Amino acid sequence: MSTASPATARQAADIITEVGASEKNRPRKSRMRSHYPTWFFIPAIVLYVIFFAIPTVSSFYFSLTRWSLFDSQFIGFANYVQFFQDPQLYTSFIHTLIYAVLTSGAKVILGFLLALLLTSPVVGRGYLRAVVFFPVLLSTIGVGILWKSLLDPFHGMVNAVLGFFGLPQPGWFTDPNLALYTIAGVDIWKGVGIATLIFMAGMVAIPTEYYEAARIDGAGGWNILRRITIPLSRGATATVIILSLIGGLRSFDIIWATTGGGPGFTSDVLASVIYKQYQAGFYGLSTAGNVVLFLVVTLIMVPLSYVLNRKQVEL
Amino acid sequence: MTRTKVRAWIVGVVAILVSVVVFLVPFAFVVLQASKSPEDASSLAFTWPKEWQFFPNLIAVLQSGDGLIWRAFLNSFVLTVGSVILMVVLSAMAGYVLARKRSKWGPVVNFFVLAGLIVPPAVVPTIWVLQGTGLYKTMPGMILIETTFGLSFCILLFRAFFNTVPKELDEAAVLDGAGRVRLFFQVILPLLKPVIVTVIVVQSVFVFNDFAGPLYFLPGSDNATVQTTLYTFSGQNLSFYNLLFMDILLITIPPLVAYIFFNRQIVAGMTSGAIKG
Repeated sequence: MSTASPATARQAADIITEVGASEKNRPRKSRMRSHYPTWFFIPAIVLYVIFFAIPTVSSFYFSLTRWSLFDSQFIGFANYVQFFQDPQLYTSFIHTLIYAVLTSGAKVILGFLLALLLTSPVVGRGYLRAVVFFPVLLSTIGVGILWKSLLDPFHGMVNAVLGFFGLPQPGWFTDPNLALYTIAGVDIWKGVGIATLIFMAGMVAIPTEYYEAARIDGAGGWNILRRITIPLSRGATATVIILSLIGGLRSFDIIWATTGGGPGFTSDVLASVIYKQYQAGFYGLSTAGNVVLFLVVTLIMVPLSYVLNRKQVEL
Repeated sequence: MTRTKVRAWIVGVVAILVSVVVFLVPFAFVVLQASKSPEDASSLAFTWPKEWQFFPNLIAVLQSGDGLIWRAFLNSFVLTVGSVILMVVLSAMAGYVLARKRSKWGPVVNFFVLAGLIVPPAVVPTIWVLQGTGLYKTMPGMILIETTFGLSFCILLFRAFFNTVPKELDEAAVLDGAGRVRLFFQVILPLLKPVIVTVIVVQSVFVFNDFAGPLYFLPGSDNATVQTTLYTFSGQNLSFYNLLFMDILLITIPPLVAYIFFNRQIVAGMTSGAIKG
């Protein structure tokens, strides 16, 4: 039977003993079980532990030190005290929250509306789907440079058009009160495609019978949207919120490519502060920023995903 | 019937017009800028090039900095291919056992997989680990880092797919004398083609576009990837906007090709990766 296979004697013995064992109790399960080699986990676990778990766990210790990568000196909570006393640093904490909530909220609303449009029978649907999604695949640095040029306060195309219509021409990336929101706008432009895609997948999965039944009962477009599409898109909404919040809280590339945290520190977020302190050689302080980011992400994401997923089950 | 058709036309035309302004004009701007002379491009205006210099600009970019762009493309290529291959093999193996084996460790493993998806990597401690292992500023080190950061996403995708492969198949293969390793690599893995393509395409685009990773863990001009090269370019060559945008155009080609050929897989990856607990 197994003549063609180069199974080793040990493996053959395994099969025999397992078949023997299988006759005693719960045949299938115990026979199959040992055919899934546990060591298949090991390479992934090794990488995960060395390059992810160890750095994450040790970051808690190193954030309490003055650190040069070669030796570290324990200084207690001094890094955290500095972080939350220095306005240049703690504002980044607030900016991170504003940025994440803003981009996530906009992606949910815009993504939902776009998905509604792109699942309805409109002209040019294939083209529209492609064009909305394509920025997702672009290099973030490239997108940053592109929008920096388009939104240049003096030569940029957007301000040229605004000027033509006699409208005010703001310094999109140079106005301290505006820079963070402009970056958020560029982020939304680049990322709304994923949100749209997820909502579309959710809407396509809603059985058409529901819509037919509602129409027979005389429900109008607005009622169908409110009573069927929105509630049944809850799973997709939860996914979009979670993914875009995680992305927004960790956002770095787009900010670094456009303003570098400026003007001054008005568009600095936690991730850019971590980089700046690392560049300046304050490794302990940079790591403290990392721990703050870790805490912000987990303290927001863990309860949120719990609540969002529970709602899904109730439905 | 006709009323809804008319509405579909009006809404569609409005949407197309808006999309032209919001999406196509920026794309066109990149192409126009890349075709201009340096003085022409530095005005940043959305105008037709006074004279088309597309190919001279292309050659200029390819020759700039002693072939820096070639090295950057080579580095990005090695990094992307290396880490995506490792990711696929390691996460397929882990996802397989995770989906098939019911054990009390299941929830614990799940927790760590999700943690890998949510928790931001600790930057400086990672550099510290890389230095300790002698992998800092090396391509193998960077490949292992990208692999690690992509593992969670891939494992989730693979596990979801394994649940759709019937277990009876495993039993049949075992009865035919396949060993444990052979069962996986010769029977199961070939069945995974669709999900493997998805993982490869999505992760390739992701690794290729990654900027923060190489910025932190692979510094040095010899190690430059296309993303870090673009960033350095944008800092130095503000008088050469045409070349900067030509560079953006070049860097956009790989994702564009991926999108044209693997549109469906990308969509599948982006939406099914979203299905998580």
